[in-house]
Amino acid sequence: MKLSDLPLHSAAIVVDVADLGADDRVGRRLRELGFVADEPVKVVAKGPFRAEPLLIQIGFTRFALRRAEADRVQVRTA
Amino acid sequence: MSGLLIALVGNPNCGKTALFNQLTGARQKVANFAGVTVERKEGSFTAPSGRVIKVLDLPGAYSLDALGPDEIITRDVCMGKVAEVGAPDVIVCVADATNLRLNLRFVLEIRKLGRPMVLALNMMDAAHKRGIHIDQDRLQARLGIPVIQTVAIAGGGAKHLIEHIDTQSIEAPTIAGNERDVHLEVRDILNAAVTMPSFTAKIDDQLDGVLLNPVFGLPILALLMFVVFQAVFAWATPLMDGIEGLFGWAADMVRTHMPEGLLRSFIADAMISGVGSVLVFLPQILILFFFILVLEESGYLPRAAFLLDTLMARAGLTGRAFIPLLSSFACAIPGVMATRSIHDIRDRLTTIMIAPLMTCSARLPVYALLIAAFIPERQVWGVLSFQGLVLFGLYIAGILSALIVAWVMKLLRTDKSPAMLLMELPSYRLPNPRNLALGLWERAGIFMRRITGVIFAANTLLWVLATFPRPPANATQPAIDYSFAGMIGHAIEPIFSPIGFTWEICIALIPGMAAREVAVSALGTVYAISGSEDAVANQLQATVAAQWSLATGFSLLAWYIFAPQCLSTLAVIRRETNSWKFVGITAGYLFALAYLASFLTYSVTKMVTG
Repeated sequence: MKLSDLPLHSAAIVVDVADLGADDRVGRRLRELGFVADEPVKVVAKGPFRAEPLLIQIGFTRFALRRAEADRVQVRTA
Repeated sequence: MSGLLIALVGNPNCGKTALFNQLTGARQKVANFAGVTVERKEGSFTAPSGRVIKVLDLPGAYSLDALGPDEIITRDVCMGKVAEVGAPDVIVCVADATNLRLNLRFVLEIRKLGRPMVLALNMMDAAHKRGIHIDQDRLQARLGIPVIQTVAIAGGGAKHLIEHIDTQSIEAPTIAGNERDVHLEVRDILNAAVTMPSFTAKIDDQLDGVLLNPVFGLPILALLMFVVFQAVFAWATPLMDGIEGLFGWAADMVRTHMPEGLLRSFIADAMISGVGSVLVFLPQILILFFFILVLEESGYLPRAAFLLDTLMARAGLTGRAFIPLLSSFACAIPGVMATRSIHDIRDRLTTIMIAPLMTCSARLPVYALLIAAFIPERQVWGVLSFQGLVLFGLYIAGILSALIVAWVMKLLRTDKSPAMLLMELPSYRLPNPRNLALGLWERAGIFMRRITGVIFAANTLLWVLATFPRPPANATQPAIDYSFAGMIGHAIEPIFSPIGFTWEICIALIPGMAAREVAVSALGTVYAISGSEDAVANQLQATVAAQWSLATGFSLLAWYIFAPQCLSTLAVIRRETNSWKFVGITAGYLFALAYLASFLTYSVTKMVTG
């Protein structure tokens, strides 16, 4: 399932990050920031408008991602 | 070896700049790297051995696979490719001890460069508090580089780092980079050397639960902003009264004790009145910057960006634009420069273009003068200042017009693919008094240099224009009517009379090109020279209130919401966008909006007041 479909506060594990297009800077940067296979991940908050952006806890760090960005990340529930 | 150059590198939010402040204190200078608009922060300190150590604070970066100009500079300096600084003798890699999983990845990337380096494990105090245990020896063995603990925000927190750099000869890493996946290696190192009771700090979870709450988050943000602007107006008053009194007294002393003549007029009108009328706003500017610094240091600013992202995306911006735009409330120049953290070029250009619409502190003197002169002071609901509310309204007017302009820009875009947000939300931190003090000191310095430099020069020039040629012996009008300034003012008055500007305002607008707040000191000079002794003795505010109609006062307020005339802002836009066309568009649309808004305001007010 996509990270953007993950319910709030439910624990999951990253499966992989798919690139969109040939030179996907967002995909590459997501992997550099730690979105790699087997990493535990969680949605900890959602923005006030249209439940966007998503606040993602990965490792010890929190990142704000728009849905379009989070769509690249495939996860499975832990 | 005499001098030594060390470079601080690390992820954003690792406390690198706090460490830099700790090392160098107030001995810092900020410039730009040649050809690019990346800030080059340098400082130095004298080590116990007497050796002078130069410190370079490189922009925060997540990866050497650089995105954006900041990360490119960091990469190039680390690789020794930037001629103007040369290769650093030691790379000090700074890592947040509470966020090692992310930070160590970058450390491993730097290690691959094979240059002499040490790892500064920063924020050790926060790590202890969270029960994080780091086995320093094991970490050192695994990394093959010296590991030193630091607490950048505590006095003496960099002592071990200084000792180590001063006494040890630092070699290239003993473990070369291999082709292993860095994430796996980080995982191994963490398993071997770090025990962590929980992934997150409890306090972060609790605060985010409230501050990012979908229902309460935005009202809290609005309330915070409101308190800031009330404070800017209310807290500063006693200090401002003091400064005003001091300069009034000084000008009076000059007027009573010096013989009548040109020199007396120059000292009293151009120097003391001119400089004093701007210096009086230093307290307000410092209070505004104090709050911006507190919000920045505490980690709240990225949260505000998070809350506003979707709203701002609708207007064609990104949440990241909140930080440059908030800085623009202090001054558009650092604001425009801070847009470098926006990676999407379209978002960045839009942000640059609307940054001048944020009410910068240079407009505060103009607003403050006009509000005090034309808006009655009374209490609203017992606690709020009515003048403060009007000021708040002016800020809101600037923000709303910025959103509309951004939205129009979005409609005009040809490339409509979505932009990137991808932003780290750091842990909350108590703002450190030392960093706050240094930040305010830097701001006060910039402001004082402006007063003594460009503002003083503009005032002197204006005084010359307003004084010569001298009036004929049989003059019937005030002296200024016969001067160059008077001629210029009268010449351009027809352009501005439909929006209610008097010729004195027209004169003041010209030196106001150098810096917006000069318009106030220019008015001070113009009225001081043109007025009778009675008018001179009065405050500028009283003069203005007596001589202008309400419609003129409101019209000038509306003009300054848009106020295109700030040459330094246009110059920095030219530098950042590398395009004159863009400067032209920005200046043109600002001027058109200013004229239109003033025209409407003037006409409507005149109709209502008769």
